[in-house]
Amino acid sequence: MLKESKGIRIEHVSKIYQDPKTGKDFKAVNDANIVIEPGKFVTLLGPSGCGKTTTLRMIAGFESPDEGEIYLGDEAINALTPNKRDTAMVFQSYALFPHYNVFDNVAYGLKLRKMDKDEIYKKVMDILDLVELSGMESRMTNQLSGGQQQRVALARALVVEPSVLLFDEPLSNLDAKLRVSMRTEIRRIQQRVGITAVYVTHDQSEAMALSDQIIIMNQGVVAQIGTPEEIYYHPQTQFVADFIGEANFLKGVLTQKNGDKGVLEVLGNKIEVENVENVGQDKECIMVMRPESVQISDAGQLPCTVQMSCFMGSYQEYHVNVGNQNVKITDFNPKHKKIYAEGEQAFIKFNPCDIHILEA
Amino acid sequence: MGAKRNSAALDRKKMFGDPILVGTIVILLIFLVLFIVYPLFVLLIDSFYTEGKLTLDVFKKVLSMQRFRTAFSNTVVLGLLTGILSTAIGLLFAYVDVYVKVRTKWVERLFNVVAQLPVVSPPFVLSLSTIMLFGRSGIITRSLLHIYDSNVYGLKGIVTVQTLTFFPVCYMMLKGLLKNIDPSLEEAARDIGASRMKVFLTVTLPLMLPGIGNAFLVTFIESVADFANPMLIGGDYDTLATTIYLQVTGSYDSTGAAAMSVVLLSLTMILFFIQKYYLDRKTAATLTGKASRGRMLIEDKSVTAPLTVLCSLVAIFVIVMYIMIPFGALFKLWGRDYTLTFKWFDYLFKYSGLKAFKDSFLLSIIASPITALLSMIISYLVVKRRFKSKGFIEFVSMLAMAVPGTVLGIGFIRGYANGLFKSGLLQGIYGTAAILIIVFIVRSLPVGTRSGISALQQIDKSIEESAYDLGANSLKVFTSVTLPLIKDSFLSGLVTSFVRSITAISAIILLVTPQFLLITCQINEFAEKGYYGVACAYATILILIVYASVLIMNLVIKFFGTSRKMKAQ
Repeated sequence: MLKESKGIRIEHVSKIYQDPKTGKDFKAVNDANIVIEPGKFVTLLGPSGCGKTTTLRMIAGFESPDEGEIYLGDEAINALTPNKRDTAMVFQSYALFPHYNVFDNVAYGLKLRKMDKDEIYKKVMDILDLVELSGMESRMTNQLSGGQQQRVALARALVVEPSVLLFDEPLSNLDAKLRVSMRTEIRRIQQRVGITAVYVTHDQSEAMALSDQIIIMNQGVVAQIGTPEEIYYHPQTQFVADFIGEANFLKGVLTQKNGDKGVLEVLGNKIEVENVENVGQDKECIMVMRPESVQISDAGQLPCTVQMSCFMGSYQEYHVNVGNQNVKITDFNPKHKKIYAEGEQAFIKFNPCDIHILEA
Repeated sequence: MGAKRNSAALDRKKMFGDPILVGTIVILLIFLVLFIVYPLFVLLIDSFYTEGKLTLDVFKKVLSMQRFRTAFSNTVVLGLLTGILSTAIGLLFAYVDVYVKVRTKWVERLFNVVAQLPVVSPPFVLSLSTIMLFGRSGIITRSLLHIYDSNVYGLKGIVTVQTLTFFPVCYMMLKGLLKNIDPSLEEAARDIGASRMKVFLTVTLPLMLPGIGNAFLVTFIESVADFANPMLIGGDYDTLATTIYLQVTGSYDSTGAAAMSVVLLSLTMILFFIQKYYLDRKTAATLTGKASRGRMLIEDKSVTAPLTVLCSLVAIFVIVMYIMIPFGALFKLWGRDYTLTFKWFDYLFKYSGLKAFKDSFLLSIIASPITALLSMIISYLVVKRRFKSKGFIEFVSMLAMAVPGTVLGIGFIRGYANGLFKSGLLQGIYGTAAILIIVFIVRSLPVGTRSGISALQQIDKSIEESAYDLGANSLKVFTSVTLPLIKDSFLSGLVTSFVRSITAISAIILLVTPQFLLITCQINEFAEKGYYGVACAYATILILIVYASVLIMNLVIKFFGTSRKMKAQ
């Protein structure tokens, strides 16, 4: 597309709803501050009810913020109705017009812009080509598969050349395999067009696969913003660590600190750790271990007892106890490795740089 | 709460960025206030406010009238009887329809016809035929049984006629509910060892109870509000609706009529609120899910045979009553001389019959598109938009359902005969075609709105949102997306409001001026005078018109409706 895509700035935005049962107010979105760079693919990720969809709908204009201001490019858009905003949304239910065929669905936005007939035709055909639906233009929408309907919805949003493309859980109605191929498709098209995209999902693998940046939300609050790698390897809160991927948490105290290195005392064991710039000496902290980044071994940093050992095909899954705390370990490609049985004593072994430390 | 106001202020700002939407809402509000709220409000003023002060004098006067007290108790007794009987027969039909295996196509068709009758039935058709069957010159009473002093008039006549008129409505309501009962509930009870009767009494019936209450109240309201039948077959059994009419047309006491109207209105309103805000919710709460799969129909002959026969007999009886009407118009003198003749039709067309058809037709055909469009707009606003006066709009347009036509008629007389608040403003519409059309619209609006709302609730909200998001304004969203998607509902609203208008009587009879002749008023007039032949001739043509419009509607929906296009493969 020739048009320049714009960024979005969300400044101190809150949305207050009334709980229909108790009649009390609660903040569905609480003082959100988000900057989205032009051309980036950004995902709002969080459990249901975290405020991600509300945020998206405020960007689209369907909901009005109670506090703060939303900017599209440099323009404050709070008072603009959805039809006056230069955004286009792809809905969870696709929201195709059932009384129109594919062509008319895609052409809808262009016709509203009073475009010349030939030009509409050309644009629609081009975009259908882009989403690989050429030849389907005269089908009614209910004659299409879920994936095809999704492509029509995407084409319909793209064809009006919005500054920002909004996605509201667009893949949640598709089956697992199709979801994977469609998300690659969405990413491909977004890259090709170079448009700013804001994507709402509760599926972390989708977020990982698609995004330049992920915004994790929890209970209306932005918990962390970062690239997928940053979020996964350096979660800033226990919630983020727990929500993204799987994580084991062990409590400890940082007894020594020397630059970014230190010694952590966990259940009587002294462990050398790295990346502790943000944790103060003698502070309580939480050690975050991903199940796949630690191993079970005859020797290591933490002694443990195997509680459960289960062959899962591509990995052996262990649940071990360190003191009274449970830790999950996934040991990939276990065919030629030693398998520990239930009740056996062993050690958890890891590379200090694979462990993440959070202040409690 | 400053923050709370912020989003409301933004929403308002956004709405005013859409002048068409705001304009529509304002026009709607004006319409509803002027033609529904104001007339009812005037009745209240009339009955509580005389010579500049609040007083109960009018009420005291009315309450002391023996006529009023009799009418009140008559009305309640009538409502109870009709409500109970209609619900019982309706339940029987619904049960047989949903639970019993009917072996013949023939019986199925009978049920279908019965279900459709109330749609096409003009008022007092059943009263007319009851009189012709069982009256003094009744074909059954006089010619077959040789009873010469038969008296069908009074309570028994009205109850019979109303029951036969209203039970199909109960039937359709209860059928919908029964279909929603998950068969596995009953199968579970059967499986534990309950007999079929026991299952019906302990599972089905308790589940249906709120729904049955609902059907009862709806019929009660209809019965109490009914004007035409008590008028024709009531004899000296006066109900509130007829007494109010007589109070205006006979005693010229319109303040008294206003006070009586307030009583009648309160009665229907209370029932309406119980029905809408209590029973409706309860029904929804007990019968939530759709039936998970098909029901094993009862095949046991000892059950199916008597039930089917009973229902068929009732159905046939009702159908015979309708068939009576054209015959009534074709025989020379009912009860005495059964030679076929066209003289009643000749009479009809010789004496202003054509004008009656022209007037009725014209007024109805003007009213119906307005009604249909208004009700679709109201449904759209109620279901899909958020704005401040939305609750009010929904409430008032539903409220009209609980207002008996007679009450509305009195309200219009009191409210417009001397203009708004007797100021002379808008007085011009009184006695004109405009006020008749407005009454037609107000009377059909709730039905259309209800069907529009339920059609729109089926449509995913995001379909309209996506149109809005792509740049369409409210008008464009409504015309390019909403309306096409509820086209079927719109078309049927068009015909329903036409049918309701052309068969309307209760409010209209109070407002019509001699310059307009309306079919229904003509039927009433001739039947009152005992000219059953002419009344039947009018009724026959009216039934034909109504039936033809329903047929045309079905054809149009079949060939141009949305569902067809969307289902096309």
